[in-house]
Amino acid sequence: MTTTMPAPATRARRFRLTGERALFTYTWLVIAWLVAPILIMIAFGFNNPKGRYNQTWQGFTVKWYAKLFEIGDLTSALVISLVIAVISSLLAGALGTGIGYALGRYRFRGAEGVNLIMFATMSSPELIMGISLLTLFVSAGVGLGAVTITIAHVMFSISFVSTVVRARVITLDRSIEEAAADLGAGPWTTFWKVTFPIILPAVFSGVMLAFALSIDDFVVTNFTAGTTVTFPLWIWGATRVGLPPQVNVMGTLIFAAGVLIAVITNLRSRSKARRG
Amino acid sequence: MNRVKRTLAPYLLVLPGGLWLLLFFVVPMVTMFSLSLQQGDIINGYRFTGHWQNYLDAITDYRVQLIRSLVYGLITTVALIVMSFPVAYWIAFYGGRRKPTYLFLVLLPFFVSFVLRTISWRQILTDDGMLLHPLKEAGLLSPGFHILGTPYAVIFGLIYNFLPFMVLPIYVALERIDPRVVEAARDLYAAPMTVFRRVVFPLALPGVFAGVLMTFVPASSDYVNSGVLGSSSTTMIGQVVQAQALANSNYPMASALSFFLMAVLLTGVFAYARVLGTEDVMNAAAR
Repeated sequence: MTTTMPAPATRARRFRLTGERALFTYTWLVIAWLVAPILIMIAFGFNNPKGRYNQTWQGFTVKWYAKLFEIGDLTSALVISLVIAVISSLLAGALGTGIGYALGRYRFRGAEGVNLIMFATMSSPELIMGISLLTLFVSAGVGLGAVTITIAHVMFSISFVSTVVRARVITLDRSIEEAAADLGAGPWTTFWKVTFPIILPAVFSGVMLAFALSIDDFVVTNFTAGTTVTFPLWIWGATRVGLPPQVNVMGTLIFAAGVLIAVITNLRSRSKARRG
Repeated sequence: MNRVKRTLAPYLLVLPGGLWLLLFFVVPMVTMFSLSLQQGDIINGYRFTGHWQNYLDAITDYRVQLIRSLVYGLITTVALIVMSFPVAYWIAFYGGRRKPTYLFLVLLPFFVSFVLRTISWRQILTDDGMLLHPLKEAGLLSPGFHILGTPYAVIFGLIYNFLPFMVLPIYVALERIDPRVVEAARDLYAAPMTVFRRVVFPLALPGVFAGVLMTFVPASSDYVNSGVLGSSSTTMIGQVVQAQALANSNYPMASALSFFLMAVLLTGVFAYARVLGTEDVMNAAAR
């Protein structure tokens, strides 16, 4: 791919080669810039600050990993975030798979409308979604808390799940389902024994995406939380007084888990593709 | 019987999720619009009075923050296009087998909470922090120099947080370009810059447009970057909405501001789409 196109002249070729090197360097600089604050976050989880502020490097320690759950309200914020992420990603997974499967498999009246609403949820600013949900809950007299946060997270995750599932369903080989039907399997059996296992990886990535969106969400959560505090909300609240190193450790662990899952699923799908 | 089942199937599949979106996305937009025209307060309740004055008040009271947010959003978006294009270009044309790895590296920030990433920058850029302190010690910067609290810091944060959203769509558009088209241009003795200007860039425009859609709107309505990296002189409209809604419980004002902001942003995006619409992209490619 690198040099598939022959250059018409050596001058042009030299230009492109140095241009290529410049682009290469630039790309890596941008990647370094993107990663820099993450490395700082990880590093300061190993810092040993004297005072309240974990701002400057004062020596290496691993004690924060041992004292990870020592701040009670931080721990409970993390637990609330995890519980909401699990419930909302599973719910969004179920609801989003239904929509994604229908859009990928059938042509039906109203599909356009469903597409439009999905596009709207994916492109509207979080601020607008948050404030509009707040007005709904306030007008309806619904108390804000973990339930309203979960409702909101399911709402903005559904479209992402259905987009991922739809992409998989479109590429599905129909003849496999037909073969199952020819062998006497009913539609229900065909779906659960044949179709579902094939689209399962897509459903899984959709659920993982929804989980990631939920655990990271700040803006919509901010408007629908009431007095409930999630992990990002706790961090936001503690910014002014200085973050304890435990936050860095939790951020590091969430980062490591996310990267690990992404790498494993990627490697598995790649080796599967190689096997054919 | 079977046919009825088959025509019903897509509706039954869409129904639960569709209802959820209807109830918690479409209906809230309506209640927000309705609230933006109501009068009253949190204790006595709100009544619908068709009170357009809310919009006038919102615009006149927060004119400065509105304009500031749009300007920050615009600067951020332009900077993002300029900064992201070379990255997307290099990955698409020179990434080879490693393309997925490079994309993964660009997406790496998403594995850390948005708020935490921004706070990490605050820690790096703070007045006597790891970046400015050594420079001040060395006498390269005056002791009073600071980045935090300035518009530069806020725009810097916005660019940082939205960069992957611009790289990705441009990459997708570039990746789709048929190498034979580029080859043909070269065979016809087009200089490298001409190939880029006349062939590659026009074909990448749909990706740029998608990137603008994914960055301009959220950047203009953001309140995390200004809250963490800015000061009272960089207050953006998102912060005003948040304060009106959560601190003052002035829902009509917050709704009117949000609705107005959404209208302005969407108008901007559609105007952009008209100017750089798909037809123009085709024409530019044909020229």
